[in-house]
Parts: sequence; C-alpha cells; structure tokens
Amino acid sequence: MLTYILRRILFMVPVTLAISLVAFIIIQLPPGDFITALTAQMAENNETLDPETLAALRDRYGFDQPMIVQYWKWITGIVFRGDFGQSFEWSRPVADLIWDRLGLTLIVSFATLVFVWVLAFPIGIYSAVRQYSWGDYIATFFGFIGLAVPNFLLALVLMYLSSRYLGASVGGLFSAEYVNADWSWGRVVDLLNHLWVPVIVLGTGGTAALIRIMRANLLDELKKPYVELARARGLSETRLLLKYPVRVALNPFISTLGWILPTLVSGAVVTAIVLSLPTSGPLLLNALFAQDMYLAGGFILLLSILTLIGTLVSDLLLAWLDPRIRYE
Amino acid sequence: MSELPVLERELPADRPADPKSTAVAGQWRLIWLRFKRHRLALWSGAIVLLIYFVAVFSDFIAPTTAGYYNADYTYAPPQRIRLWGEDADGQRHLLFVYGYEASVDPIALTRTYEINEDEVIGIGFFVRGEPYRFWGLFPTDIHLFGPTEAGQPFYLFGADRLGRDVFSRTVHGTRVSMSIGLIGVAISLALGILLGGVSGLAGGWLDEVIQRVIEFLKSIPTIPLWMGLAAAIPLNIHPLIVYFWITVILSLIGWTDIARIVRGRFLALKTEDFVTAARLDGCGQQRIIWRHMVPSFMSHLIASTTLAIPAMILAETALSFLGIGLRPPVVSWGVLLKEAQSILAVANAPWLFLPGLAVIVAVLALNFLGDGLRDASDPYGN
Repeated sequence: MLTYILRRILFMVPVTLAISLVAFIIIQLPPGDFITALTAQMAENNETLDPETLAALRDRYGFDQPMIVQYWKWITGIVFRGDFGQSFEWSRPVADLIWDRLGLTLIVSFATLVFVWVLAFPIGIYSAVRQYSWGDYIATFFGFIGLAVPNFLLALVLMYLSSRYLGASVGGLFSAEYVNADWSWGRVVDLLNHLWVPVIVLGTGGTAALIRIMRANLLDELKKPYVELARARGLSETRLLLKYPVRVALNPFISTLGWILPTLVSGAVVTAIVLSLPTSGPLLLNALFAQDMYLAGGFILLLSILTLIGTLVSDLLLAWLDPRIRYE
Repeated sequence: MSELPVLERELPADRPADPKSTAVAGQWRLIWLRFKRHRLALWSGAIVLLIYFVAVFSDFIAPTTAGYYNADYTYAPPQRIRLWGEDADGQRHLLFVYGYEASVDPIALTRTYEINEDEVIGIGFFVRGEPYRFWGLFPTDIHLFGPTEAGQPFYLFGADRLGRDVFSRTVHGTRVSMSIGLIGVAISLALGILLGGVSGLAGGWLDEVIQRVIEFLKSIPTIPLWMGLAAAIPLNIHPLIVYFWITVILSLIGWTDIARIVRGRFLALKTEDFVTAARLDGCGQQRIIWRHMVPSFMSHLIASTTLAIPAMILAETALSFLGIGLRPPVVSWGVLLKEAQSILAVANAPWLFLPGLAVIVAVLALNFLGDGLRDASDPYGN
C-alpha cells in the first residue's frame, strides 16, 4: 500500500508541472497583455497614459522578456516563495485574493459532495431493490432532469422562485452583515443558511449520475448466486443486502470521487457567477476578461491541483477498499 | 425466466431459414430489433430527428427572422394559441391568437400588456412575412406558419427586451446549438479513433505517451480550461471562426473518452479467436483492422458518441451564457439564455427561460437515445 501511495504521489509531480505550463500558456494566449487592456479601458474613459509610464509598467512586469523566462519567473516564485505574482487589476498580490475564495470554493464543493453521496446512496439502493416501482420511476425521472438541466439555468430558476414566492434573495454566501466580518459562530450559521442553494444546484447532476451508477451496479450484483445463497441460509433481507451486494456495488461509488470532483469544481465556477458567490468563479471570469494574467493563471493552476488531489484521494480510498487495484 | 431465447437458438437445422428469425439475422438487424424494444429510446430518437429537422430548415420554420424586432412589444408575454372562438362582432375564427392592449406606465416607462379580445390575429401556413434567404441562398419571404397578415404581433414564447420573438429565435438557435454538438463530436471521434487506435494497436511507448496525455487532460477541470481558451478568442473576428474555435475547444476533452473506448476494444480484440483466424487466413493488417475488428465495436462507439453530444450542447450553452462562447448576432440557445441572466429581467419576463426548455428537451432526448443505443449495441449479450 505504501509503495502504491508513493507511486501515485510521484506521478502527480510531472502532471502538476505540465498543468502549470498549460495554465501559463492559456493566460498568455489572448492577443495583447494587461497593459493593452488597461490603455483600452482608459481610452474609453477619455484618459491616456504617457508612453514612459507604459514602458515602465511593461518593464516591471517583464512583458518584454521571452515567454519561457516569464514562465520560469512565475513558477519559481510560486514554488519557492508562495508568490503568485501581482494582480494588475486589484494592485494586490494574487495570493491574498486567491486563498480566501479558494477556501470557500472548497467548502461549497465538499458540501455538495456530501450532499450527493448522502442522497444518491439510499435512493440508488432503493431504485435497484424495488426496480420498476413508482419510487424507482420517480427517482429515474428526477435523475434525468438533474442531468439535463444546465446548472446555471437551475440556479436562475431557484433565484426566480425564491424571490417571487419566498421574498428572499438567494444570491451570495453571506448576509450583508457578515460579508466582510471575521469568522465567528454567527458567520458559520449564516454560511450554512446560504449554502443550500448552490449545493442543490451543483449536486443535482452528480446525484442523478450516481443514482444511475449505483442502481446499475446493484442490479448486476443482486442477480448473482451468492445473494441467492445468503437468502437460502435465512438471512434477513436488509442484513443480506447491506452485508454483501451493497458492499460490492460501493466500489464504483468511491471511484466516482475522481471524476465528480472536476465536474463539481467546473460547475461551481458557472453557478458561482450566476449566484454571485464569493468563490473562485466570478473572480476568474473577471480576471480572464481583464487579462489579469497572474490572477487567472493562479486560479486555473490551483483549481487543477485541487482536482488532482481529489483524484488522488479517491484512488487511495479505492485501493484501500479493493486490494486488487493495488497489485495491478 | 423466459424460455424464448432458448427455443430460438434450437431451431431445427433442416428447416429453411426464416429471414425474420433472430438466429440468422445480421448484427445490425439484431441491434435494430433490440433497440425497438426500448420504447423511450425509440421516441427519443424520433424527437432527436425532429430537432435536427428543425435545425436544417430553421429559417423556414421560424415565423420571423432572428433579427426582426418591434419596439412596440418589448417584453410582451407569450400568446396562447386558440383553436376556435369568436371576436367582438360574433364572427367565428379558427386557429388564432389575440392581440395585445399595451399601456405605458408614465413614471417607470414600463409596458404592461393585456389580452385584447377584439383583435384576432389569424395563424396561417405558408404565409408571407419577413424576407430572408433560405440557407443563405434563395431569397424568399414564405414562412411555414405565422400571422396571416405580415407585421401583426405573434409571440408564442413572448418577446425580449427589444421586442424580438423568443420562439423564432429559439428555432433559429437550434441550428447553431445542435450542430456545435455534432461537429464537436465528429472532431472528437476522428481524434479518438486515430489516437485510441494507435494506442491500442501499436502499444509500447506511443501507447504510454497517449495514455498519459489523456490522464493529464482529464485531470484539468474543464470549465476553467474552456474559459481560459475561449477568452483567448479575439473579439473582432468573424462569428463563424469563433464558432469553429469553440467546437475545437470543446472537442479537446471530448476525444479522450472515445480514445479510451477504442483502445480498450482493440486490446481486447487482439487476442480474440476470430482475429487469429483471420490472420491465419492470410489477411493483411489493414484488412483485419477495418473488416474484422472495427465493425465489432462500431455500434458501441456510435452509442458513446451519441452520449457525448448532450455534454457538448450543455458546454456551449454554459460558455455562451457566461459571454465567452458565441456572441450576438449569432443566435444559439446559450446566447438566448444570456438574456435571462439578470434576475430583474427574469422576474418581469420569466418566458425568457423558455429557450432553456429546448436545451432540456434536446439533452434528455439525446441521453435516452444514447442509453437505448448502448443497450442495443451488443445484441449478443443475454
């Protein structure tokens, strides 16, 4: 097991490097740079910057150097000093802007993951055991709706319904008095009060997929002879179900963590923009529009690493659950 | 336990083969028989065909052009189609909608609409309306259906902030939204078969490299990656080129799944008896691949491809909604839903959500169709 863990962690190193390179190339792709975006923005407001200031800015951020040099400066800064560079638009270090929002992204994603599992597990089992019952049809129906409705549309509809019938706004993660407050018990409660909307919006798609996977796997297992044997030996249905087939069907359930996390992080970006959550999504979008390249690059890099870690955790969990995988 | 399959397999050998019997039916016939049993998939297939039909003839089917607007009817609510009724003079009418009675709030300058039962707007087929070029080639002004008198208000899905017909725009959006999925999948399929095939057949370091690339691409969260790439498309280039780049970006991830399937199938088939038999018969490598191996997993591949289209449609919708995918004047479902972005507009005009209904129907139908195809793709199991 230990060698397996080590191998997996070692494998992450080149992948992380490759991701950092791709992230850097992506943020370099748009024509022009932040300075051109800035001058265009100022020209709109009928302001101009004199050429010397522009040249000084270019020089300071190293825009004149070849790309590989810029990349090297950027990545060594991150690795050795935890310095993600300067956000041009905010005139603040990127690291200051990112961590807070990344933490909230993590909270939203994790809460959604728990929501998805807690909901999908019993419904999946029920759907398989009572195949073709009314409950199964209802679960399947809602499952497909969850798969087909785009996240942002669901968020909009929820916002519309709640503003119309509950008279409450559901945007954001905090009430007005807690937005800029320090962490306290009240702020945590306030967060939980707001968290349910993004969690539902983000969770429906994943829940639907997991219910279908659980159902299909359990249906396969239920037909196997060992279930028949256990029944013949007089085990009660519940005990029989939970002790054998459910445990086998759980395997793919754990491994979904690997692919569900990237989808959650992805979905969280779009949903956060609609619901104006203080997570990474809106800031990333703005940074992309403003060509605030170090901010955008930092987000893309960290979100990717977050996903990598999630995949690693799921692989380790799976290896712990199913010894066959370790020795492959 | 049904006895039927057993009986079919034990058909007496001396009886002349019945062409309808499953024992002698070819692979594609078996797949069709299997698929037909899946009612939901069958209906979904019909709906998918219908949607693509609409996509092909969208400019003819839509009651008006995508850009047509009438400032007198901004945010007009949807009209209900009446099959029959009477107007104020007691005259009977078939198939019509009522007109609007608009009043302007002098302070807020917002318009409110009420149904005006005095004004009957008849719906006709093959009516003359806004002129357009069918497929961009043939100038005409005939629309499949619309108000019998050109220029009368006809808003089945309501109107947007400029007084444009949401229904017509949804129909026009079908072409872009549905084709982006199709073209994106075609690119994914080409890349997936090529790289997956190379990976599975050649093996060795090439296989290793391709597998690592796939793992790498799959570990990047797609939306931030797409956002980054889509933001890199310059604003001032032709919408058609934007459209092309968006499909390329979407297929960047899409090909990985298909490549994995192809590779897995090639690996599994390499050691199959029928492949060995073909080799012993003196078949060349190319013939073995294209005549013996590829047909045996083609059906499965088609099913996976169908399931990949809805994901692309959803992705395009999300990107356009964020304003980094397709942009007006291109009309796609995502572009239309961008109108529904501000909660204020939506509270006053919830019908702006209706293009979302088109997305949901299309995605559901494609999912069910793909599910049915996947179940049917291996008719020899069970």
